[in-house]
Amino acid sequence: MADPMRIRATLTGDTVEVKVLMAHPMETGLRKDADGKLVPARYIETVKVNCNGKDVLTADWGPAVSKNPFLAFRFKGAAKGDKVTVTWTDSEGESRTDEAAIG
Amino acid sequence: MNLSRRAFLQATASGTALLLVAATGLAPRRAAAAVNPLAPSDHRPQFEATNLDDVVKQLGGGKAQPSADIDLKAPEIAENGAVVPVEIQSKLPGTRLIAIVSEKNPHALSAAFHIPDGTEPYVSTRVKIAETSNLYALVQTDQGFFYANRLVKVTLGGCGG
Repeated sequence: MADPMRIRATLTGDTVEVKVLMAHPMETGLRKDADGKLVPARYIETVKVNCNGKDVLTADWGPAVSKNPFLAFRFKGAAKGDKVTVTWTDSEGESRTDEAAIG
Repeated sequence: MNLSRRAFLQATASGTALLLVAATGLAPRRAAAAVNPLAPSDHRPQFEATNLDDVVKQLGGGKAQPSADIDLKAPEIAENGAVVPVEIQSKLPGTRLIAIVSEKNPHALSAAFHIPDGTEPYVSTRVKIAETSNLYALVQTDQGFFYANRLVKVTLGGCGG
């Protein structure tokens, strides 16, 4: 169901800046649809970012992260061409993994 | 005629009884769930917390101290509460967790980021804020929990449709 993430990882000096845009509705369970029925909660619960076999960021999210979540962070210890792998898992157990090479 | 009237009365009587059971027994539970519904599969206690102190407690801390070494960037006025950009940079040594806490949201904790060695104590993301309230950047170091906060005014709520 889920569309691929857009991941950009750029090396500046010795620091890699990672920017991720995920495609996910992030339903809180509080929103009503056009018929006035509650839309069931469904949101990303965990995000893991891995590079060269090491987790460089893990995140626990609740329903309050915006729809189509954006995430940016920086880490050290990787070189150009290394792969950054991002995995999210939502409250329905669905998950998606995408990767990008550091440029 | 009489029989069908009796049947009708019986049917409505049992129907009323059912309604009463629903009103007394089930409705409060459902109402409570409607105020604070996490996804049924979600069993993370830190996301059930409704204020900063509770979030810190659920994350295993005591009381968070204010700190000037946490840089929290968020708009003063958020025109759309559904998409509020938040940027947090911690200058505290040994930062291992950065969390975004918004006290007037149904769940105070919005997101928590675990920062391993080699990753900068910096995150940037976008969150929903239900109404004008204090936004907290909560940071955990080896020394305990620290926070910075700022008031974000919301002109359009983040949770409605």
